[in-house]
Amino acid sequence: MPKRVISPIRMLGHRVIESLWRMGVAARFFALILMRSGACVRRPHLVIREVFSTGVLSLIIIIVSGMFVGMVLGLQGYDTLQTYGSEEALGVLVALSLVRELGPVVAALLFASRAGSAITAEIGLMRATEQIEAMQMMAVDPIARVVAPRFWGGLISMPLLAAMFSAMGIFGGYLVGVVLIGVDDGSFWSQMQAAVDFGDDILQGVIKSVVFGVAVTTIALFEGFDAPPTAEGVSRATTRTVVTSSLAILALDFILTAVMFRGL
Amino acid sequence: MSEPLVEIRDLSFGYGSRPILKGINLTAGRGQVIAIMGSSGCGKTTLLRLIGGALRPTQGSIRVDGLSVPDLKQRALFDLRKRMGMLFQFGALFTDMTVFDNVAFQLREHTDLPEAIIRDLVLMKLHAVGLRGAADLLPSELSGGMARRVALARAIALDPMLIMYDEPFAGLDPISLGVTGNMIRRLTDALGMTSLVVTHDVQESLKIVDYVYFVSNGVIEAEGTPAEIRASGLPFVHQFVHGEEEGPVPFHYPAVDLGVDLGVDLGVARGEKHA
Repeated sequence: MPKRVISPIRMLGHRVIESLWRMGVAARFFALILMRSGACVRRPHLVIREVFSTGVLSLIIIIVSGMFVGMVLGLQGYDTLQTYGSEEALGVLVALSLVRELGPVVAALLFASRAGSAITAEIGLMRATEQIEAMQMMAVDPIARVVAPRFWGGLISMPLLAAMFSAMGIFGGYLVGVVLIGVDDGSFWSQMQAAVDFGDDILQGVIKSVVFGVAVTTIALFEGFDAPPTAEGVSRATTRTVVTSSLAILALDFILTAVMFRGL
Repeated sequence: MSEPLVEIRDLSFGYGSRPILKGINLTAGRGQVIAIMGSSGCGKTTLLRLIGGALRPTQGSIRVDGLSVPDLKQRALFDLRKRMGMLFQFGALFTDMTVFDNVAFQLREHTDLPEAIIRDLVLMKLHAVGLRGAADLLPSELSGGMARRVALARAIALDPMLIMYDEPFAGLDPISLGVTGNMIRRLTDALGMTSLVVTHDVQESLKIVDYVYFVSNGVIEAEGTPAEIRASGLPFVHQFVHGEEEGPVPFHYPAVDLGVDLGVDLGVARGEKHA
């Protein structure tokens, strides 16, 4: 076969093998984090610190985005619902959209770009400036001391941020629907209360956000730890974190929705 | 004579097929300051990483305090590292912690000492390097020399038996240079530890060390006491000690002839022959 035919096939094969190899290394890294999480239980302040830097410091972007998404849902939802004369169901539409789907997904996407990129850059720079190696030379395991607390910190923050996003979104929908447009206050809340189920909707939304939290923090930590110790290496790793996390969130969302809501 | 603290025999190491160190023999006695000198990129830092167990040799043995470093499992290696300190070239201070927390790091990680005692120990270590007053500063607020001294205080936090310095004099002003050199000697004597100093600063090192090893092209080219090194007639040592361009250590990285690269006959260009 001519070289120009073989060459792209070989390149494709190389890319696939390299991707699979990296996924294997990442899976091993994930297992290592779980195995070395003992220090996080013995010293919870390490995790609390990370909940602050990944969770609390992401609150502003989550609150503002949640409000805007909720307000847009209020406007769009009202427009569609009034065609069928069911404006009172606006609360249900806003709440279900947020709790089931938009809350976990959009909060996770924002979390990946705000906290995930920060985690990758921080760990990558720690490697570039020999801080990780210094820690190892001081007989301290960086996976247990640096990586695991960030993992658990991210994991705890993610569902809380998703819940905050949904709550702010519902408030935004209320502001537009009830305060601005004039949908009946009682119907807005009572229909929402009747339609939103704790087990079917809220719990499954929480499950989604926990899964997204695991995915985003693992990707961010792995990319940071694996980044070449140069300015360019850290920059590429940070970009990869945002891109890979976003794709992982959307793909996982489809799988989880199919399994949980459709029972596939 | 008691057993040496560090003993390296026939050590070889390479990255892939590229050899870095070839048959190194080195001994560091207890309480000594040993300098490992050589030009940049000759494998000095790699040697420190091998002693610290961060890399595994392809051949030969490394013994520290009687233990074979390459054969140690992670837990035993970490136990050994608790008795070793390493000063990285640029300090490698934890940038999200204050100077105090940097020095307290190992004490908090490896001991159950109450915070009041940790505070006293940290302040004593910082006092030893003259930076007790900088305890609350962040690493970003320190000069290069100060960062190096904080890293030194951190490296001696657990009173190690061995401390390894990677280029401790690089980029320091003359005052900091002298202060750092004296501090290495003083701390080694006061704490009864052994110091391995990787450096290419000949004049400063010869003032403070007990013994010198010269590494070039992955082998020990010369060794001796500072007096022997100063008096050495070996071309390599002479070139290095006197900082000469001409000698066995080439200035240029191996390359094809300049004339070939530029596409001209350099003999003609220099007027040595006619076109």
